[in-house]
Amino acid sequence: MSEVIPVVEGRKLVKRYGHVTAIDHSDFALMPGEILAVIGDNGAGKSSIVKAICGAVIPDDGEILIEGEPVNFTSPIEAREMGIEIVYQNLALSPALSISDNMFMGREIKKEGWRGKYFHMLDNAAMEKFAREKLTELGLMTVQSITQPVETLSGGQRQGVAVARAAAFATKFILMAEPTAALGVKESRRVLELILDVKSRGIPIILISHNMPHVFEVADRIHIHRLGKRLCVINPKDYSMSDAVAFMTGAKEPDMAEVA
Amino acid sequence: MSDTNQPAQKGQDFEQVLDKSDTKVAEFQVSHHTLLERVQHMLHKNPTMVPVIVLAVSLVIFGLIAGGRFFSAFNLSLIMQQVSIIGMLAAAQSLIIITAGIDLSVAAIMVLMSVIMGNLAVYVGVPSSIAILIGLAGGAAAGAVNGLFITKIKLPPFITTLGTWSIFYALLLWLSGAQSIRGTDIEENASFLLFFGTSFELFGARFTLGSILMVLIFVVLWYMLNKTAWGRHVYAIGDDKDAAELSGIRTDRVLTSVYMVAGLVCGIAAWASIGRVGSISPQSFYEGNLQSITAVVIGGISLFGGRGSILGALFGALIVGVFQSGLRLAGVDVLWQVFAIGWLIIIAVAIDQWIRRVSA
Repeated sequence: MSEVIPVVEGRKLVKRYGHVTAIDHSDFALMPGEILAVIGDNGAGKSSIVKAICGAVIPDDGEILIEGEPVNFTSPIEAREMGIEIVYQNLALSPALSISDNMFMGREIKKEGWRGKYFHMLDNAAMEKFAREKLTELGLMTVQSITQPVETLSGGQRQGVAVARAAAFATKFILMAEPTAALGVKESRRVLELILDVKSRGIPIILISHNMPHVFEVADRIHIHRLGKRLCVINPKDYSMSDAVAFMTGAKEPDMAEVA
Repeated sequence: MSDTNQPAQKGQDFEQVLDKSDTKVAEFQVSHHTLLERVQHMLHKNPTMVPVIVLAVSLVIFGLIAGGRFFSAFNLSLIMQQVSIIGMLAAAQSLIIITAGIDLSVAAIMVLMSVIMGNLAVYVGVPSSIAILIGLAGGAAAGAVNGLFITKIKLPPFITTLGTWSIFYALLLWLSGAQSIRGTDIEENASFLLFFGTSFELFGARFTLGSILMVLIFVVLWYMLNKTAWGRHVYAIGDDKDAAELSGIRTDRVLTSVYMVAGLVCGIAAWASIGRVGSISPQSFYEGNLQSITAVVIGGISLFGGRGSILGALFGALIVGVFQSGLRLAGVDVLWQVFAIGWLIIIAVAIDQWIRRVSA
């Protein structure tokens, strides 16, 4: 077996909050080009470990490697500068601002020449063009206009904007937290297709979800988190949803030899 | 948004019926809007339209009531002069209200800085220009104090600035010994402090440099808010601070800078106020804090943050000035001017609420 370097790897990560150990010497690995689902019961620490990998939580011990290189994030902004994008459950969009404004929030493009250099003037035309291209690429241009405020969009369209923003700027990987939690059946389907579409562009995705059918449909591997550590990683083709739930809740122990 | 080309086994079992279902997902119904709804939509897109309309209507009404005296170039330019200082404070206040904050200390910062400028230039003998620079820097520093309390100690802006209002007010009474600096003393020792009181005639109108400075401040701040990344971050923070933070904006840094810029504008207003009043009185502009909020609210800037244009505050300040001037010329008692402004505030906020309820 040739050695494939994980896009991001966590080794023996530890995070304690007072007496609570949220991450207990846990490992984590995301392989190139894959969708890795992270599942676990409430309080298992799945969001803590995922946050640690994205710089939002600073681990007390252990190391994080991005493409084999050790990193020490002190904020999510540093992680973002390395090409790690997060789609939050609440989407982190500003409702009164336009789609294009939201896509470029925090990384606006300035006009070239003196107007940008001395007067920090924004290049709205360039940003709108880029935003339109990205949304069209992902088949999301059902919105009326790139300048319409995000608050006028439906839940699925907003999710689409948030995913498009992540896909447009991610170079390493994208973390998506509960992307289908607030959506109806049809909109969920659309977002799942969007996730597969992003994957087909070669960007690996970490997917946190409680929706087992969605996890089993799109994930290449499933990381099952229990009691602060990685219990096992399974291939969804080899296990049933009830197996996964049994591992996750401790009703059944996985056969370690078969772990993918 | 079409699922019709998907192979039959795509997705979950229960989703197979989707192929036969209506594929229109989130379409916008363009038609069937009543006139009122269309007005609501238009105002939602351009909240500054409200004060512009109110300003135009009130100009017409007071023109009819008070006649030519009201509409004279002289009277209109006089209104500009009268609102110039409150207008500048309203510009500073707008910045803060757009971030969903509030600053009760703007006028206190301004008067404190005018006392500092006056004391240094008139009594200590510091050159006027240096005294002014110290006052401007002091304004920014006072704003930074507000900003740091709000971002570092996480105090609500209302409480922070309620406290600093008293603190700055006490400081200015102490520094001034509760005494005014007379206009003649300023003129003799530091006439540059009166620079923005300089007036000139143009087409029968009488403009002061102070009223032009006010317009200039609004234009510069409008540019910063609408054409730069900083401005976009300011709006995003007012809209949803957590979302802005998650989008990678260093919200504490931006917020502190907003309070600093507002403080600097108060410092500039301090210089202009010396020219406007002609003397430096610790008792002046005691109601300036609330008057600046009045102008901002009437100008259609939402107190909940993230919405409204700073130019609205300029129109809001002008509306207040037009009402006061018009009612005075119509021979109405001052108490009814105050009465009218009170109703304007309530109506402005009611309209803001109505606009915010717009159904997309």
